[in-house]
Amino acid sequence: MKESRLRRRYRAERRYRFYGKAAIAFAVCFLFFFFVAIVSRALPAFSQHEVLLRVALPDNLLKNLSTAEGEDANISEGAARRMLDAALAQELGGGGSAHERRARRALLTPLAALDLKRRVENLSASSVSSLSPSLLLPSWSLSFALSSSSERFLRAQSGGEQVADPALSDMQRDMLTALDAKGLVAKRFNLAFFTRSDSRVPSAAGIRGALLGSLWALLIAFLLAFPLGVLTAVHLEEFAPRNRLSALIEVAIYNLAAVPSIVFGLLGLVVFLNWWQLPRSAPLTGGMVLALMTLPIVVVTARSALKAVPEGIRNAGLALGASHSQTVLHHVLPQAMPGILTGAIIGMARALGETAPLLMIGMVAFIAQAPATPLDPATTLPVQIFLWADHPDPAFSSRAAAAILVMLCFLVAMNAAAVLLRQAFERKRQR
Amino acid sequence: MTTPDKHTDKPAAAKRQRAKIRARAVNVYYGDKQALFQVALEVPHKQVTALIGPSGCGKSTFLRCINRMNDVIEGCRVEGELTIDGENVATLDPVALRARIGMVFQKPNPFPKSIYDNVAYGVRIHALAQNRKETDEIVRQSLARAGLEQEVASRLNDSATALSGGQQQRLCIARAIALQPDIILMDEPCSSLDPIATARIENLIAELSQNYTIVIVTHSMQQAARVSHRTVFFHLGRVVESGETTQIFTTPRRKQTERYITGRIG
Repeated sequence: MKESRLRRRYRAERRYRFYGKAAIAFAVCFLFFFFVAIVSRALPAFSQHEVLLRVALPDNLLKNLSTAEGEDANISEGAARRMLDAALAQELGGGGSAHERRARRALLTPLAALDLKRRVENLSASSVSSLSPSLLLPSWSLSFALSSSSERFLRAQSGGEQVADPALSDMQRDMLTALDAKGLVAKRFNLAFFTRSDSRVPSAAGIRGALLGSLWALLIAFLLAFPLGVLTAVHLEEFAPRNRLSALIEVAIYNLAAVPSIVFGLLGLVVFLNWWQLPRSAPLTGGMVLALMTLPIVVVTARSALKAVPEGIRNAGLALGASHSQTVLHHVLPQAMPGILTGAIIGMARALGETAPLLMIGMVAFIAQAPATPLDPATTLPVQIFLWADHPDPAFSSRAAAAILVMLCFLVAMNAAAVLLRQAFERKRQR
Repeated sequence: MTTPDKHTDKPAAAKRQRAKIRARAVNVYYGDKQALFQVALEVPHKQVTALIGPSGCGKSTFLRCINRMNDVIEGCRVEGELTIDGENVATLDPVALRARIGMVFQKPNPFPKSIYDNVAYGVRIHALAQNRKETDEIVRQSLARAGLEQEVASRLNDSATALSGGQQQRLCIARAIALQPDIILMDEPCSSLDPIATARIENLIAELSQNYTIVIVTHSMQQAARVSHRTVFFHLGRVVESGETTQIFTTPRRKQTERYITGRIG
């Protein structure tokens, strides 16, 4: 009788342990699928095919480059396009009809001509112009990005599968195969993804602008929310008398932490944009809205960190004749700091992933330039992901996945920073 | 165990005439609840006075009136007259007052810093030393007087929280005497310590009573009998009886006192 009960209890114990492990395994599975899905989608965005072309520089340009000061060495986009056409015809042969020319040109990204024009300008601005004419080569080997349909075709081909892409004609497919056979097509790491901002063309679209926008907005949010939040928490927890007013403030802060973030966006729209006339779409305004959103989180976590400091520490400080603020500043706050920092970083991580409030203040927009200051228009990472994920071109959805990866890296880095800071503080306390 | 008489080497009568702390009609309220009723007592100079009584009788509350630690408790109100060396504590600045009065709490509460910094903290905030060397000297002396120097001399920069409970409590005493106070208040300093650590603290109290006026709250009547010169018995917020320790424990005048010390109430 007694023994069977004991056996039953052991069985129950094993069962409960199994439930716990099963729950963890389930969560880990989800995490695994999540990462596999994102990484497999993101990988194409990190590499890009490029085609190497020998571009012949026109005689008049050569002459200008070697004699003039450089400003005259500019070419029009049309001239650049003609140079590209010539280079493509040289590699691929074929007739000179407008139809064929257009088919060849469509292999490259639509930005190829503009790209070439910029490179020629850089060339003339650099020291090349001071070189003697004899050293100036009449033709240059330059790499160009491909159009998204060519890109897709090459990827499918290297993967061994045949796709009937209606965007490419049979002639264009043969051309790509010919270029590949000549060894002119190379797969390179897509540096442009990190150095360029948003673009209509996937091969030229990057996250630099969104990343800078996010960093500016987070910096401003932190600079506002951290000191304000910690001071609020210290005052409420250590100095304020417990009366009806402080109880009201406390309830208000707890409620604020639960307010949907889009409401903070509305507040930003009404107060920051319409009333204070702050710049629309700017990381400054976005950061202020995110600070409002983060503030209650910082206050609540900082208060609980302060509450967790043993009363004996306060008594010890006061009994030694330290003033109230000395006691708080020298003993209570340092003791609570690891907890306060953890809360602040959790709040910042939430702010990093926030889209809804930024919607209201015009940060959801196509912005092709990286913000140089917090007053320039910008988007943020999650907004950029949202915009790209919505795009019909599949090349953009792989970029969205890549941007998600970058954002995850930032979140992991922030959490690691929180852990390191906490350890540093704890080590200091132990000494 | 050391008896108090060994340390009252100076004429006891002369000491008794000088009351260091004098309370008259002290009432303390926590919100609506009255915790102390018309407390009147005298604490003689450079002697150990023990406050005994059952839990919640107001002895700790009275102790906290002396250095105005009740000020920080919200809703706490103190009435009546409490003087130290003839000065009413209500008129003194609490921060300056607390620098003159050391306090040791029930649970050892060292700062989570190094042993050195624990003792040096008070010295620094009150600027009692001119330079680093003087601070070092004060720290060393205080630790020596608290009987801790030999144990920690080689690890002054280690964390104070790594010490044992008894060592932590002696560190708290060292921290208090580093400010060179006249009075040391002890709120059940041995209640969380083992008998060996308790014995060391009791010896220390006997030694310190040569230089300091000590008021100790204790739950242990044996401890009161061992360490104190005078004993005050509190019950339900009132002082029932006060007098020489030997007299209280051998021939109590009040029935209540007798019942408490023989273990029948409390």
